[in-house]
This record gives sequence, structure tokens and C-alpha cells, in this order.
Amino acid sequence: MMPGPGSIWRRWAVLALPYAWLLLFFLVPFVIVFKISLADQQIGVPPYTPFLARDDGGWHIQASAANYLFLLSDSLYFRAYLNSLRFTAVATTICLLIGYPMAYAIARAPGAWRTRLLLLVILPFWTSFLIRVYAWIGLLKENGVINNALLAMGLIHAPLPLINNAFSVQIGLVYSYLPYMILPLYATLEKLDWTLLEAAADLGARPWRAFWSVTLPLSLPGVAAGALLVFIPMVGEFVIPDLLGGPDNLMIGKVLWDEFFTNHDWPLAAAVAVAMLALLLLPISVIRRRLAKGVA
Amino acid sequence: MNSGIAAPPHLAIDQVVKRFAGGVHAAVGGVSLNIAKGEFFALLGPSGCGKTTLLRMLAGFESPDEGRILIDGADMKGVPPYARPVNMMFQSYALFPHMSVAENVGFGLKQEKLSRSQIESRVAAMLDLVKLAPHAGRKPAQLSGGERQRVALARALVKEPKLLLLDEPLAALDRKLREETRFELVRIQQRVGITFLVVTHDQEEALSMAQRVAVMNQGKIAQLGEPREVYEHPQSRFVAEFIGGVNLFDGCVIGHDGRHLTVSCADAEAMFAVEYPEGLAAGADVTLALRPEKIEVSMQKPQELPNRLSGTVRAVAFRGEASSCEVELPNGKLLRVTLSNTARAAPSLRAGDAVWLGFASSAPVVLKS
Repeated sequence: MMPGPGSIWRRWAVLALPYAWLLLFFLVPFVIVFKISLADQQIGVPPYTPFLARDDGGWHIQASAANYLFLLSDSLYFRAYLNSLRFTAVATTICLLIGYPMAYAIARAPGAWRTRLLLLVILPFWTSFLIRVYAWIGLLKENGVINNALLAMGLIHAPLPLINNAFSVQIGLVYSYLPYMILPLYATLEKLDWTLLEAAADLGARPWRAFWSVTLPLSLPGVAAGALLVFIPMVGEFVIPDLLGGPDNLMIGKVLWDEFFTNHDWPLAAAVAVAMLALLLLPISVIRRRLAKGVA
Repeated sequence: MNSGIAAPPHLAIDQVVKRFAGGVHAAVGGVSLNIAKGEFFALLGPSGCGKTTLLRMLAGFESPDEGRILIDGADMKGVPPYARPVNMMFQSYALFPHMSVAENVGFGLKQEKLSRSQIESRVAAMLDLVKLAPHAGRKPAQLSGGERQRVALARALVKEPKLLLLDEPLAALDRKLREETRFELVRIQQRVGITFLVVTHDQEEALSMAQRVAVMNQGKIAQLGEPREVYEHPQSRFVAEFIGGVNLFDGCVIGHDGRHLTVSCADAEAMFAVEYPEGLAAGADVTLALRPEKIEVSMQKPQELPNRLSGTVRAVAFRGEASSCEVELPNGKLLRVTLSNTARAAPSLRAGDAVWLGFASSAPVVLKS
């Protein structure tokens, strides 16, 4: 069917809105941050050198890649990026391993139960994220609920090191981001045509084989959406490593915070942020390409 | 197959009962049925009659509450769907959308751990049979409805099951394609020699394809027989009304002369002579079932026919090869009459015409229930 001129106009109008939104709230801020990352720190307001400066010779551009070179020269940043990616990769995997069976069970539950179970998944959102992370401190700390309970039962004789280490950061990440994994997975699995599984069984596939060859491939868009939704914000996560992590569990979000608020080095902090974005683009583009191939 | 002594029936359904929570009566209420090897069998009935539940029990998706299902003598109780020598063609086809046509057809063979070359040659042969070889690399979404239906058939046939179940195989096709596909299904069934069990609510489909038909109603088999027998000799009002068009007369036997009954039908205000060699005692209540195409229409009183009625044409519906007429009797009862359009001349009948209807004494079926 040929779209009429009116419908083309309407389509542009519909498309223009999200693009305008992205332009205004993503691209423009990004350009500003990128501009700052090319500047130099200075005392003043704002605490960085202007992009365009005027002297005797007229206007000239002040920009250098010094901040990026500095990121490369100090291994602290490299380690922080690597740590972030490692924590995030592990936490995303664990979220997927826990979230998939949960989403599957909800999608296969009888109608009335589905709403109730979904409500339970989003129930934690009713409490502030910060309070929930603080609650984990109460659970995990040396004289916290878990250690006290284990000591009282006589299962252990000295408190377990449950907090301020990689373990607690991982728990915090998985706990906080699990719902974002479950919801897109549920959305995909709920739409899955279950007669396809009957067909697979009818053709001789045992339940596990049917899952691997039918359910899983057809739910990959949900897996990808959930993984991205969890992975991207986790990389820049600041609160969880700050509250639950120890000095060894540096994540890039924490470094960024320190550069910005402790050292007041806006240009370097901006460079850290731009590098983080560049780092995220890689996995996103890989997953996007996979998805595009899978759909075709 | 080896010809054993007193071989058990190929498929034996023995007193099978299935109840669902909340159902008024059992979905399947004690069905017994034997189906021979290589037979083309149809389960025919209105929606909710239990035919699909019976089919799902044969496939292993539901288990009977009572009774047994035996295939070549082996009890299927507790045998999961993936271990049964049965394949099913789903009403929605249930093709795997992420696999190509060849992968869909090869899926069942892959589960049998056959070698790649064996799978490829059997898939290729099957795609040839259903005339889909040029489309082997396509995804189901790139196929037409008729092509998808053939992929579904090929996928179910390629494992060479002892029994192929077809759930409303033609329901998703448009009318013209449906008629072509009926012949195609019969041709393929004769080629492969696999037992076909078709479930359908479409009487034309069942009558034209199957060697035997079981008409189901409310979880029970109402009548079992060859298509012509079920059509021409319905044993109950339900079967007479469900299969084809029918005119019913409630009447009472008033006489019997050896070969013929004389039946008085109050709702037609007439007496009919009806062939019925078995005989019935006077006073017995009967229903006469008269197919619309068994009635002859004429302008003059048909002297050669024993049963005659006068009436007025109320409506004529042209259907192509035939026309359906509604004729009103003097007492207001409406009869359906089919006129075959053998000549190309314009129809001689119009609404409002006064006509005579006549039928032979062998035309009506006597229903005792």
C-alpha cells in the first residue's frame, strides 16, 4: 500500500519527537561533556578553561587530548574500567541465570497468578533504591543479620567476611538489577506460542532439547534487551560499589565521582565519562548486530 | 509390516474417557474405535464435541482418565509425546519461525540422531513430495498459507509415523485452495501409506477425503461408517442435521404393507409412503429425514411419485452448480430443496411461484429417535 502524503507527514511527526528528545537530552549534553573533556582544569567558575579563548591574535580554540592520554598513562583508570566490566559481566550473567527461569515460570503461570507474580517482581521499586542497598549492609555486615544467625546456629565460629568485598558488590548489583532482566524476558516469553513446544515434543524432542532449540532461540530478543538494560547502567554504577564495596573494588562510576567531587577535575571526569561511553558502545553494537541478524 | 497371527488393530481406542474440571459432561465420554493400517479416517463434529481432546490424547498431550489407547498393541499409557510413533499436523501449523523450511522438516529427524546426509536426503525427498523443494531455504514467514500448510504436513510425515494426526488441516486455507488441497492430501496419503486421522468440523472435508467417518457429539461417537453411509443413512437426528442440509418431519406410523410404511406427518399435514422393509408397529413415533436434493420440483402434480406436496416458492439462492430453494407448505412449514443447474438457461423458478414437490418412497430416512 502506498502511504499518502498525509501519512508520511504524520510518520515524520511521530519520529521527530523521540529524535528531538534524544538530541536535547542526550546529544547536546554529550557534546558539552566532550567539550569539557578537551579542556584543562583551572581555578574559577566554571573550573575548566573555555573552548574558545580570545587573546591578542583573536579567537582561538583551546583543546587537547591530554586528559585522554592521562587516562592511558595511569593504570588506576584501566583497572577501574576492567573491574567495572568484570563485575558487570558476572552480575549480568547471574541476573540472566536467575531471571530467565523466573520470567519463564511467570509466563507459564495461570492468568491470575501472572499479575500477582509480576507485582512481586516490581514490589522492591516501592522502596528507595538507596534504602534497599543500605539494608544489605545491615544483612551482610560483620555483626549483621546473616552472620549473627549463622553464629547463633553454631554453623560458624567467626563472622564471615560478607561485606566490603567483591562478593557484596556482586550481590548488590544482582539484587538491584534483577527486575530489569525479568521484565523484558517475561514480555518475550509471554508472547511465545506454546504450541511450538508441543510441536517440538511431537517431533521427538525431549523437554530440555525443545527448550534449547525452540524456546531459547525465540526468546533471544528478550535476553538481549534484558542484558542491555542491566549491563549499561551497571557499568556506571556508583552507589553499590561505594556502599557495599571495599577499597579493592574500584568501579569506574566511583572513580568518576571522585574526580568530579573530590578532585574537582571536571575535564578529567568528563574524559572518564566519554571513555566509558565509548567502552559501552562496543557490546551494544555487537548485541544489536546479532539481534538484527536473528530477526532477518 | 510382518503379518502376525491375529494381529492387533493398528490403532485401538478402548473406552476412553476424559473429564476437565468445570465441564458439564465428560469432554470425551467413553469412545471406542479401531482404525486399520493405511486408513484415511475422519473425526467429524461440531466444536466442543471432544474430537480435539481425543486427538490430543492420541498425541500424548492429554492423558485419558479411563480407558486405553493402543498402537499396534502397545499401550500408550504414560508414553510422553516425544516417544510416541505418532506425529501431528497442528491447526496453526506451529512451524518454527526461526528455522528454514528444510530445518523445520528436518527437526524431527535430528531428534532421532540420524546422520546429516540421511537427514538431508529424506528432507529433500519429502520436500519433493509436497512440491516445496525450491523453497527449502525460506523462513515460514516468507511462505504463503498453502505453502506453510505443506511444510507442516512434510514435517509431520518425514518421521514416517505409524499414525498421522491432522487437526483441522484445511481450516486456515481459502475455499479454492481447500478444494485442491483435499485431493492433494488424499494423493499424498496413498503415496506414503501412513494412517491418517483427520479432525474436522467441516462435513464436506470429512466426506470427501476419508474412507470412514466417525461423527462425534458431546464426547461420544454418534455414528461411524463410510461417508456415503453416514450421509444417506443417518441413524439419529443429530447426524442427519449436522451432515448436509435436511428436512425433518415428525410423524406417526399408521400402517405397514410389507415393504412400505405409511406415516402421517402432522407438521406437513400429509401422509407419506416410506420404504422400510424392517417394518414398524402402527402408532410408533418416527422422524423422517429428507435431503433437499432428493425432492423433485415441478409445475404439474407429479403423478409418478408416491409422495406429493404443494407449496409456494419463498426464495431461490443461486449457488453456481446448484440453487437452494425455500418452499413454504400451506401450513407454513418451510422445506429446503436443491435444484441442480444442469441447463444454462435462466432459472424457471421465482419467489411466489406455486409448485409441486415430490419424492420417492426410498428418499426419506426413518429415524426412530
